[in-house]
Amino acid sequence: MNRLDLNTVLGWVPRGSKVLDLGCGDGAFLKRLCEERGAVGVGVDIDPDNLVSAVSKGLDVIQEDINEGLNCFTRYRFDVVILTHALQELTHPHLALERMVHIGEEAIVSFPNFGHWRCRTHLGLTGHMPVSRAMPRSWYDTPNIHFCTVKDFEALCSDLRIDIIERATVAGAAQNWLGKWWPNLFASSAVYRIRRSAR
Amino acid sequence: MPNSGAHNSVGLVSPCRVRFETAFQLANGSVLAEHELVYETYGELNAAGDNAVLICHALSGTHHAAGFYADDGERAGWWDLAIGPGKPIDTRRLFVVCSNNIGGCDGSTGPNTLNPETGKPWGAKFPQPQVQDWVRSQKLLAEYLGISRWAAVIGGSLGGMQALQWAIDYPEWVEHCVALAAAPKLTAQNIAFNEIARHAILSDPDWCDGDYLSRDTIPSRGVALARMVGHLTYMSADGMSDRFGRELREGSFTPEAESEWVFQVESYLRHQGTRFSTQFDANTYVLMTRALDLFDLAVGDHGDLKAAVDKAHADFLVLSFSSDWRFPPHRSIEIRDALMAAGKPVTYANIETDNGHDGFLLPNQTYEALLTQWMQRVGPA
Repeated sequence: MNRLDLNTVLGWVPRGSKVLDLGCGDGAFLKRLCEERGAVGVGVDIDPDNLVSAVSKGLDVIQEDINEGLNCFTRYRFDVVILTHALQELTHPHLALERMVHIGEEAIVSFPNFGHWRCRTHLGLTGHMPVSRAMPRSWYDTPNIHFCTVKDFEALCSDLRIDIIERATVAGAAQNWLGKWWPNLFASSAVYRIRRSAR
Repeated sequence: MPNSGAHNSVGLVSPCRVRFETAFQLANGSVLAEHELVYETYGELNAAGDNAVLICHALSGTHHAAGFYADDGERAGWWDLAIGPGKPIDTRRLFVVCSNNIGGCDGSTGPNTLNPETGKPWGAKFPQPQVQDWVRSQKLLAEYLGISRWAAVIGGSLGGMQALQWAIDYPEWVEHCVALAAAPKLTAQNIAFNEIARHAILSDPDWCDGDYLSRDTIPSRGVALARMVGHLTYMSADGMSDRFGRELREGSFTPEAESEWVFQVESYLRHQGTRFSTQFDANTYVLMTRALDLFDLAVGDHGDLKAAVDKAHADFLVLSFSSDWRFPPHRSIEIRDALMAAGKPVTYANIETDNGHDGFLLPNQTYEALLTQWMQRVGPA
């Protein structure tokens, strides 16, 4: 999977932040955040093998289903809450986003953009749900149950009274400038810095 | 001794004993003019003294946590799974200490030892110890051993509660704390099961108001029944179905058969009860279950668990076991959430298993891998 989004996330995490990484996987990225950004990190994951890998890196991890509401974090605040390429796997993405901006001063979210021209072309020309290298599973057994487009995500943020602080897009090298100007069509992934609206 | 030289065992061990001659006041106000602790150690204390790990035993546990005795080469210590060279609590780099709690029946001062005032066994007159008393007595032991700080205090069930108590009573002493299958305090249901166990013992005609030793008897039926009830709460329904099903050990289901029926599960429970009743002191069982009932990590903080754990300076590992219904996962989650709220470093996992409350004593790949990896951060690098 193209995980260029992670470099963007890395750059957005202030030095020495308290970071919560939701769906931290084997902890490799959280470890980078700790080493390169001096972050104090906590990971959340549900998979036992991932937990073992993350713990072996010296990280603290909490086994928890993000879909269950992240109740363990009700009384603790983080500087940054991160959710990279997992939004589309959640049962209730909107509830998770609300929790994230509640738990963290800021949240960083990245997701694959379903509005990308390849997806559109695939669906438009073949009449089948897109299957690609980045999204290799068929519609019936994919963990990605809530795909959205850049436009969809921004509309949801507006509905949830979440402010978008910054947006970055990831596109193939040739389309990088197109991705900036026309993200809904040319960004393969999008990365957002968001926070609870002061309004 | 077929197993004493077994791969990654600490091998042959023998218990040590220390006597403290200064008065020791218990939380309930009573005073032991002197007391003894039996303990075992595995591995070597390094020159810096920063590799010592304390293991706290559970309700019926002992100081014999790992290795084998010369006269009993078959049966390993109760946590041989986790303690040894190359095991999660690696004795090649850690110095491991496990002591028998005050009030126990395996050598430390308790109901079956002599009351110096009367020259007879304490029996039911032995004062009620509480978890914080055990912590304080273990601190005396640590000082005696030349240890000024534990790299980790580790325990499961009641032992896990004791480890947590250590972390909040002596924050400077505990660098890492591991609480397995524990709870911040008991529920009414937990206390009810303990009361059934005590009632079984107290109803035995051989109980003699706790003075059975001087009458040269033991309330073995009561203790066996108490153990059967206790043991039941350590297993999960699925685990029991897998292990015993409805299999008969004696008798037959055929219609013409006229026989006594003994299900495998009955036979197992009877065996566990009988074996336990000859090994474990009835007064100790009463005291230990009562200590469990009285345990409340937040009692000094008006029930505010976050305020209680806020005092700790340790890094925590909290593990629950999915099919544990004695101290179910949500009890560990209470601990975890209080630690999170207090901003303490904590790792938490719920181990998927059919082994019930006993899960912390039994092999499980994820459990052993997590404990092994987490323990890498304990002790000198």
